Amino acid sequence: MSSDNMANANVDLLHADTNQFLTFMLNGEEYGVEILRVQGIQGWDTVTPIPKAPEYVLGVMNLRGAIVPIIDLRKRFHMESIPFGPTTVIIVVKVENSDKSRTIGMVVDAVSEVYRLDENLVQPLPEFGGNISTDFIKGLSTVDEKMLILLDIDRLISIRDVEGEAAKLAAQAS
Amino acid sequence: MSLDMDMQEIHAVFFEESAEGLDAMEAGLLGLSPGRDNDPEIINTIFRAAHSIKGGAATFGFLAISNFTHGVETLLDQVRSNERVVTDELIEVWLASVDAIRDMLACLQDNADIDPMAVADLQKQIDELLQGDSAKPEDDDVEEESEAATAGLWRIHFAPHEEVLKTGNEPSRIFRELKELGELTVVATLSSAVEFDALDPEHCHTAWDLELRGEVTQAAIEEAFDWVSGQCELTIEQVGGHSATPSAPSAAMPAAASAQMPAETKSEAKSAAPAAAKPASNGNSNKDSGSIRVSIDKIDSLLNLVGELVITQSMLARFGDGEGGANTQGLRDGLMVLERHTRELQESAMQIRMLPIGASFSRFKRLVRDISSKLGKKVELKLSGENTELDKTVLEKMSDPLVHLVRNSLDHGIEMPDVRKAAGKPETGTLHLSAYHEGGNIVIQVEDDGAGLNKERILAKAVERGLISASDQLTDDQIHNLIFQAGFSTADQVSDLSGRGVGMDVVRRNITDLGGRIDVQSKPGKGSTLKIRLPLTLAILDGQLVAVGNDVYIFSLLSIVETVLVFPSEVSGLVGKGSVYRLRDEYIPVIRLSDAFRLNNKLQPKTYLEREGELLVVVESDGKKMGLFVDELLDQQQVVIKSLEENYMPVQGLAGATILGDGNVALIIDVPSLVHNMDFNSGGNAEKSDAA
Repeated sequence: MSSDNMANANVDLLHADTNQFLTFMLNGEEYGVEILRVQGIQGWDTVTPIPKAPEYVLGVMNLRGAIVPIIDLRKRFHMESIPFGPTTVIIVVKVENSDKSRTIGMVVDAVSEVYRLDENLVQPLPEFGGNISTDFIKGLSTVDEKMLILLDIDRLISIRDVEGEAAKLAAQAS
Repeated sequence: MSLDMDMQEIHAVFFEESAEGLDAMEAGLLGLSPGRDNDPEIINTIFRAAHSIKGGAATFGFLAISNFTHGVETLLDQVRSNERVVTDELIEVWLASVDAIRDMLACLQDNADIDPMAVADLQKQIDELLQGDSAKPEDDDVEEESEAATAGLWRIHFAPHEEVLKTGNEPSRIFRELKELGELTVVATLSSAVEFDALDPEHCHTAWDLELRGEVTQAAIEEAFDWVSGQCELTIEQVGGHSATPSAPSAAMPAAASAQMPAETKSEAKSAAPAAAKPASNGNSNKDSGSIRVSIDKIDSLLNLVGELVITQSMLARFGDGEGGANTQGLRDGLMVLERHTRELQESAMQIRMLPIGASFSRFKRLVRDISSKLGKKVELKLSGENTELDKTVLEKMSDPLVHLVRNSLDHGIEMPDVRKAAGKPETGTLHLSAYHEGGNIVIQVEDDGAGLNKERILAKAVERGLISASDQLTDDQIHNLIFQAGFSTADQVSDLSGRGVGMDVVRRNITDLGGRIDVQSKPGKGSTLKIRLPLTLAILDGQLVAVGNDVYIFSLLSIVETVLVFPSEVSGLVGKGSVYRLRDEYIPVIRLSDAFRLNNKLQPKTYLEREGELLVVVESDGKKMGLFVDELLDQQQVVIKSLEENYMPVQGLAGATILGDGNVALIIDVPSLVHNMDFNSGGNAEKSDAA
């Protein structure tokens, strides 16, 4: 089904229900974020670590004059860390939280493609029981017989979460 | 449509000009003194300001403001033409009017409706003042005239609600009262009468049409109906003579409004005024922070610098492209020029944010006047250094603390006239507000010649609150500075003005938040001086760069007392947890910066006890010192403070971040928060207190 739909979607570029997604690789899985949220992609550079930050916040970095926190998505997903290589990039995204919007960088293994997807064909996530935290996954989509995991970055990198982690760490430390 | 946009812009100009006009009025009014010998120029200034506000308001259809201002203006005009003598009462009314107009403008600015009741009392006062010499009413003054007494025929329709008798009101009594005003004819109508069966003897079903002939003011008629206002339908109109029914809202409103709001109207009107003032002031501050008025000089100097920068750039380009390779000497010179220009450009860009403190100070004239008269004290306010410039943000954030300090001085500092006389001091106390530069700081000083701080009471209170123990030996200054502790208030009686114990610590916190500090000096019987030191600007900081592991941190140079080379033997453990260092004759807590921030240092852990010598940066905040071990001292340079909060969140112990010359980010250490919040008992894990 997908290739037909994809073809249609590609023709109908201005169709209201289609959105472009930037996809990236993480631990062999392909993830997608809405391209309108993406502010830029840049190579890995040194970051300045922040005291008392949760483990997955690698630090902050200078992005055209703004101080932007950098988050390691592998660590965020509790995946095994790998050394950063030549394809490692930082995807800079804008996340909207209840109060304001923030710019944040996510470290991923590599960027992949840009796809146009029909939002109506995004499938909800199957039930996993309580074992996997899935509220930051918007749904699943299929492109060329590959599964694509669409992320809801607002939930993925909520600062409340960061604060929660920080509090937890502080509690452990004492 | 674009017309709307244009109108909004024009309105904005009107609001801005009116605000300036009101400030001018206020300043002028405060310069007036009762009597005839006032400088006519002052009166003229006030009059002109009122006149343009009235005109502007009328042009834009803000009738409530123009009508109200009209009364104020008429009074001013009478003074101007020597028909009226300035009295204290008059000045009070004018000042109150300035506040009222300010509130009304603020309402309009917030697109809120103007509450006519808020100014009703004041309007009445003005009307009464005008009426006082109504012998020669103004010809062009329709509004006032309708209030003025004129011989004529009044037709009144009075239809009380059914319940009116139950409230103890007897219509005939009202009629008796009216009869005293003039010739009265009463006609009862029974149009609302019900069937006999349904008749409740306690209900009133009668309405009356009255005709009153005589020299009567509308207000007098309304007064007769005061008791039943809200319980009746009442229309009062004048027939013959001036055919006009009350045209201005001032006359129509009380009748209409009081029909809905019964007896409490008056008290509500009073409470409405301050209530309206509050959102207004909020709205103002929000709007203020959006824009800034900059003198043309500053802009010109900025443009000049940009021009020079362009020249420097082309010079550099020429040297860089020179035939036969770049002209290195020329490039080097050019870079030096560039550096100078960049610095100057930065300075003059910062200058744009700087505003003279005078505007902020002049508000205190009013405050001092109001409070001292309320307290029955005589106080003279002296101002100096009004031209001292301060960053706009600092200025805004300082205004509340300053108000608090001034109130405190007036309330607790300066004594009542008789007490002062008994103490051999002049009856009039002096409050001196001054601002000046000192070093890289701006100092704002609030000085009074009052009673000074009561050492014994402060000590007793501090012991009672457990802030110190009775056996502690404190210097006078230490005792005085206890007033900044949280929850500390020595006022035996909580007064309306101060003494709730929430004051001074909040003041101090506000000031430390701005990177400044406050000290108090006091001599019993001589008065006290509160000295606030503030950084010149918030956005730029003179920083000392230090290296910790691979990272660079920045201290504010102002917070560093000294840097010492410390040998392990000089550091002693404390209860096996914290460490202290003996700095001359004082033991100060010390901690490794990497421990304080719980950094996973990439360098191999070397404890300072094992090393030959370590660099200890001694910092101070609010008189508390602490030492922080760093690996290396780097440059000193000015850094631009960037917010961590914007994209991340506030981090305790950090004041922000900055971008270094190489593009990397360095974190700026918030010394006050480190000094005050670190729990040294937990040594290496010093941030235990964070979780709490």
